[in-house]
Amino acid sequence: MSQILTEKPMVPSAVTESATGERKGLTRKEIVADHPTWCPGCGDFSVLALYFKLIEKRKLWHEKITTISGIGCSSRFPYFVQAHGAHFIHGRALPFASGVSLSRPDLHVFAFSGDGDAFSIGGNHFTHTARKNIKMTLVVMDNQVYGLTKKQTSPTSPLGFKSKTDIWGAVDYPINPAKQAISVGASFVARTSATNPNHVLATMEAAMDHDGFSFVHCLSECVEFYEGAFDAANPRKGGAFNEVPKSHDVTDEMAAYKLASADFPGYFGVLYNVNKPTKNAREAEINATLQGKFAGLKDWQILQKTFDKMK
Amino acid sequence: MSNATMGVPSSGGAQKVSRINEAVIRIAGNSQDGIQAIGGFLARLAGRSEQEVMTFMTIPSTISGGPSIFQVRIGSGEVLTAGDDADVLLAFYQHSYEGHINSLKKKGIVLYDSDHVVPKPEWQSDYHHVGIPISSLTVEAIGGTAKDKGKNIYSLGLIARMFDLNIPKLEKLIGERFTGKDPSILNNALAAFHAGYANSPSNVVETFQFSDSTKHGVQQVVMNGNEAIGYGLIAAGVRFGAGYPITPWTDIMELLRRELPKYGGSFIQCEDEIASVSMALGASFAGRVAVTGSSGPGISLKTEAIGWAVMAEMPLIVINVQRGGPSTGMPTNIEQSDLNIAINGGHGDAPRVVLAPANVEDCFYMAIEAVNIARKYNTPVFFLTDQGIATRIEAFAQPDLEKVCQDITPDFTPVASHKPYDLAAKDGVTPHVKPGTRILDGKYPIATGLEHDEYGHPSGSPKVHMLQNAKRRIKLQALGATLPLPKIYGPPEGNVLLVGWGSTEGPIREAVDRFRAAGDSVSAIHLRHVNPLPNGLENIFSGFHHVLVVEMNDEGLYGYGQLGAVLRARYCDAKIQGVNKTDGLTWKVKEIVELVKTKVRK
Repeated sequence: MSQILTEKPMVPSAVTESATGERKGLTRKEIVADHPTWCPGCGDFSVLALYFKLIEKRKLWHEKITTISGIGCSSRFPYFVQAHGAHFIHGRALPFASGVSLSRPDLHVFAFSGDGDAFSIGGNHFTHTARKNIKMTLVVMDNQVYGLTKKQTSPTSPLGFKSKTDIWGAVDYPINPAKQAISVGASFVARTSATNPNHVLATMEAAMDHDGFSFVHCLSECVEFYEGAFDAANPRKGGAFNEVPKSHDVTDEMAAYKLASADFPGYFGVLYNVNKPTKNAREAEINATLQGKFAGLKDWQILQKTFDKMK
Repeated sequence: MSNATMGVPSSGGAQKVSRINEAVIRIAGNSQDGIQAIGGFLARLAGRSEQEVMTFMTIPSTISGGPSIFQVRIGSGEVLTAGDDADVLLAFYQHSYEGHINSLKKKGIVLYDSDHVVPKPEWQSDYHHVGIPISSLTVEAIGGTAKDKGKNIYSLGLIARMFDLNIPKLEKLIGERFTGKDPSILNNALAAFHAGYANSPSNVVETFQFSDSTKHGVQQVVMNGNEAIGYGLIAAGVRFGAGYPITPWTDIMELLRRELPKYGGSFIQCEDEIASVSMALGASFAGRVAVTGSSGPGISLKTEAIGWAVMAEMPLIVINVQRGGPSTGMPTNIEQSDLNIAINGGHGDAPRVVLAPANVEDCFYMAIEAVNIARKYNTPVFFLTDQGIATRIEAFAQPDLEKVCQDITPDFTPVASHKPYDLAAKDGVTPHVKPGTRILDGKYPIATGLEHDEYGHPSGSPKVHMLQNAKRRIKLQALGATLPLPKIYGPPEGNVLLVGWGSTEGPIREAVDRFRAAGDSVSAIHLRHVNPLPNGLENIFSGFHHVLVVEMNDEGLYGYGQLGAVLRARYCDAKIQGVNKTDGLTWKVKEIVELVKTKVRK
């Protein structure tokens, strides 16, 4: 028999929330951590500022949110937020965030990602996290270029985009993230643009309130490597910011798919929003049923019952 | 079969009853014949009869069909291995008969299905042949549509008769196995069993009776290594896991998926290996240490995330049920060739803990130890088993679950301040403060894979990298200093010391017994804590002229197996040599004995 490290089991203790009623929402100063490492003019600044605003507005506390990311310019996000966070490996923010979400129903789980992280190296996880409807909010800051590695083609780069890996112009067809999300079963899909702060905040809020996997596709310009990419969606640059028509039924999957398919810059707002049971809820149901069969028993007694059958 | 004289059948005499201490029975058929079920019944019967038991099985990696064997060794005394050679071979087909006759002892009994097997005249004098039309007698017993189904239970009846096994206990086991199913299934099973038991072929001249067990009053549980790991993790308090199916790890994930909800936990089947290690790390970050696991290529896929766990100092259990590699390799064969990836896999300097349980009971208790090391040192812990121990059934004393089970519910008590990567921490060990914990000075930690300052914020400072590298190293050195030295099996001084790790403890010990019985000076130690190693092994080595590292992996470019190379690197001792093989099967005792003799002679 091996020697077991004897360690006093930790006594579970509720978070001291005696001050729940009085505890004030956080101020911006309390939420800000490191100064962002982004280039001046980067669209991601706007998304970060609006995340702070969301935390302030919704009175979220440091310990109740987790900010999770993978790798890329946008994925530096957790360092800039004063809250529990994790800067995980390239492309895998979603399964990591799923582990948090599925084991901690009390937390708001936000994942921030970029087009390479979410749709290229992390493409498989994007599909399956959406399909499983795991409760969390994913905000992808899409600049249609690899910025951190200095201008290579990304999975959302348009055909003909000249990068260091396609000096003659991109030859691969780009992904349409909103279409993809709808087709693989995401229950909330919205599009916004970093140049429209009010719209970003409203979209993030709606995403946060959604009980399920909520995906926010946010255009966020890389002024260094793909300047002007989104001018067509920016009224200040002569473009048009077309909001989703008021008549659109957000629960109509085909209509949502059609709207998402519109030529660039397309439509902004909530494209698709349906309620369906989350994986979190399904797993909790399984647990409630099974735990019901062992009500009143301590964990060791449940295990003893199993061992009794193995004699 | 010790204590038994397996003489040539005497002519026409009454059946002789011999008292025996142990027997090795090999059942050979195809994978769909239910031969594992016979072995399982025999193993559980032994467990209930306070006997020792060990099994060994091979399964084809094809989806259906293909030759398969199950060997069970039952003993009234200590059983260390599943046995080199069988006393009885039960062969269902010609290929079973021809392929396994070599594994039968000379003068051993081959029980064959005469519906399918044509015995060879040239083997008649070496082995005692008993032909029984098992297939047709089974059909006769349980009805015409039974085809091949039920012949395993019929054969169990034959074996029960031959070894005078406890019939009420076996009937009870059969009843438990088929409980809740259509009652006609149970009735058919019992009918087949009784028909087999009633068949007393005229040319069986001898039956056997096990001596009373040397164990008394010991309540035993019977399970395989994969089950012991799964239940060990539950006892340890693990309540979250994530995985992807791959042989032979899959049984553990199936067990945890089925069992964890009873305890309020979850096991998630993920889209791929990378997602599963990532999800487990997310859960570890969020609360309590989680588990992932895999075999073969699945482990390779997880290495990047395991490197993150080292860097971010996140607890994680990685179960690695080793199989033959590299690449897809030999999915259902046995090998110990993942020690290198367990210790060093991934880029960068990434020290982590590697444990290797020595037997099925050890799988249970060491899973608990693994969890506690991961929690205390905030490190990934590799748990190395192999295909052999995963499917091997053993009986062991039932654990005192009330004492052993742990409550590791996370603690979210607010803390005044927290530096997750505090360089002044004693032994480099810092606690993991989980999301949900309020930190009163308002400075929150980031778990990160970038080199970082004490709060987890990125740092490119050469000095910080050196200091944090040292922190990650020192904490494992501190763990190493707490690890017990392995006990020496045999005298502490002598000519040859065998060094093993993981599932090979049994055959190595039996080899030592065999050497010593022949007057050779051989002892053994078994390493269960492989990385870090316990301190002071050099003092053990100094008592011997030869230190031979017995491993089921290749001898490598420079002549040493994977543990052998680690020990040579650490101790710089030329007397450390390797004894290696890669045939995909467990060590036979005689193989170890022969190879050791060759090495020492050189």
